[in-house]
Amino acid sequence: MSILVIAEHDNKELKPGLANTVAAATQLGADVHVLVAGSDCAAVAAAAGKIAGVTKVLIADAPQYAAPLAENMAALVVTLADKYTHILAAASVQGKNFMPRMAALLDVSQISDISAIVSADTFVRPIYAGSVLATVQSQDRIKVITVRITGFDPAGAAAAAAPTEAVAAVADSGLSEFKGNELTKSSRPELIGARVIVSGGRGMGSGENFKLLEALADKLGAAVGASRAAVDSGFVPNDYQVGQTGKIVAPELYIAVGISGAIQHLAGMKDSKVIVAINKDAEAPIFAIANYWLVDDLFKVVPELTSAL
Amino acid sequence: MKVLVAVKRVVDPNIKVRIKADGSGVDLANVKMAINPFCEIAVEQAIRMKEAGTVSEIVVVSIGLPQCQETLRTALAMGADRGILVETDVEVQPLAVAKVLKAIIAKENPALVIVGKQAVDDDCNQSGQMLAALLGWPQAAFISKIEVAGDHADITREVDGGLEKLAIKLPAVVTTDLRLNEPRYVTLPNIMKAKKKPIEVIKADTLGIDIAPRLKTLKVEEPPKRGAGVKLADVAELVNKLKNEAKVI
Ligand SMILES: Cc1cc2nc3c(=O)[nH]c(=O)nc-3n(C[C@H](O)[C@H](O)[C@H](O)COP(=O)(O)OP(=O)(O)OC[C@H]3O[C@@H](n4cnc5c(N)ncnc54)[C@H](O)[C@@H]3O)c2cc1C
Ligand SMILES: Nc1ncnc2c1ncn2[C@@H]1O[C@H](COP(=O)(O)O)[C@@H](O)[C@H]1O
Repeated sequence: MSILVIAEHDNKELKPGLANTVAAATQLGADVHVLVAGSDCAAVAAAAGKIAGVTKVLIADAPQYAAPLAENMAALVVTLADKYTHILAAASVQGKNFMPRMAALLDVSQISDISAIVSADTFVRPIYAGSVLATVQSQDRIKVITVRITGFDPAGAAAAAAPTEAVAAVADSGLSEFKGNELTKSSRPELIGARVIVSGGRGMGSGENFKLLEALADKLGAAVGASRAAVDSGFVPNDYQVGQTGKIVAPELYIAVGISGAIQHLAGMKDSKVIVAINKDAEAPIFAIANYWLVDDLFKVVPELTSAL
Repeated sequence: MKVLVAVKRVVDPNIKVRIKADGSGVDLANVKMAINPFCEIAVEQAIRMKEAGTVSEIVVVSIGLPQCQETLRTALAMGADRGILVETDVEVQPLAVAKVLKAIIAKENPALVIVGKQAVDDDCNQSGQMLAALLGWPQAAFISKIEVAGDHADITREVDGGLEKLAIKLPAVVTTDLRLNEPRYVTLPNIMKAKKKPIEVIKADTLGIDIAPRLKTLKVEEPPKRGAGVKLADVAELVNKLKNEAKVI
């Protein structure tokens, strides 16, 4: 059984998540290949080969992979698919974008967002915003899987780098064209993979007030996240959203400030190791999953906490 | 141009679902159902494009039980023109949804298909991308903006680090993210009007497509409960707990 894992990167660095996805793959079999598709991405391929468990790195280096357009990514992976029993990618925005397209081209289903592996054909995945765990069995010849990376501890570093092999690129589909991106710039850690996250909700009242959380985050070396209400109110950019339809995180410490604890928010953070909630409403549902909570005004508590650290 | 929108009937997202006693699935008996929120955003988008003069006709499609007619009526009351129900009592998984939609699209020839990014019951996030693959059309998933300009559409999509811009050729499939728009409320007069709008019912087994599920659910269960937490008196106590008990700072 050989397993293919598709790496996510920006042509310079790997995105966090590959080591977790490789760890999931090694639960399925011993021969784990990683595909790095990109443009001038040799450094990324080298980094991928240094993850424990990876036995080979495939490189598709061509200008049409500079941005990972779903049409091109899916077409490429399909050319490699028949050698593999399982094809995995992280359940990131990128994985969610091209993996189903690739699965449909192979006429197989996709098993989305698995949080545990029972056997080579049986997996656990959260449904209904994580309020239910389903154990599902796939009848397909190739298992196409996206992996919830918080469910798998990352694989460590390999003793020796895995060999690399170039694979042929597929011509650009011509269907869609990348026109650029606007990435949120921040000196703080990314939400995915952060050890500590400080998140704010509607209770923050304004984008300006998020400075209070940023000051706290800087003391803790934390990433800053938000509820949907905070994003929809324009306090912070979209990519801050934690939840069922935003990012799924499981840091060591998650501090929820002025967040009520709707199930869609909990879906994205309830597997955090330690949860702290600060809310002035003694009945806030977030307290049901918090380890520690303070019933108080955040505008008083957050600055106090920042200066106490 | 004609737009086709796929709408799914799901458990109302405000309801906490219960698991059947035998663990075979989620108990849907007498549970309040609703249009999937992302499908509502998809319908709203089509209507706004019609109001702006880009779109001439909006066809909404739902696949499932006869009760999906209610979901179609909601979309018609919002402003869609006509509905198609592909009726089946089989559990339709995303690959099957994509195959059924492809068959409907072959008859309807829309220039744009709008689906939700994710159904909030199965949380699969697949159907739109699969449909684009089967049609050989471009896809733009998780969009927060779309502008049609001649033979292509300019797209802004939500990605992990921020936003991405694409230009995609038409016809295409797009999937909606939360920030695309805020759906309108349906008004009583429009609900009345929607009752007169046509819904065509097609039996799924007349389409000659294999829609049998590929994934078998062996069991469902509740996730492990978190241990009970404690309410603290003040910041000093919190800092102490985080340092000495949880040891996370
Ligand atoms: C399809 C769908 C998908 C969704 N996806 C997501 C998702 O991915 N992520 C997500 O977060 N939500 C999501 N939601 C929205 C979710 O249902 C809630 O509406 C949202 O999480 C509420 O955000 P909030 O807790 O910040 O706001 P609210 O529920 O309004 O809570 C604000 C809280 O702040 C407290 N507060 C106010 N002032 C203060 C103060 N001065 N000091 C202390 N506390 C204060 C209040 O007591 C209250 O508890 C989704 C909803 C739907 C329908
Ligand atoms: N049974 C269905 N009927 C109509 N549309 C559907 C159905 N299932 C999924 N869809 C569409 O596909 C989107 C994504 O669903 P999913 O891939 O299941 O998360 C939904 O928002 C709908 O637009």
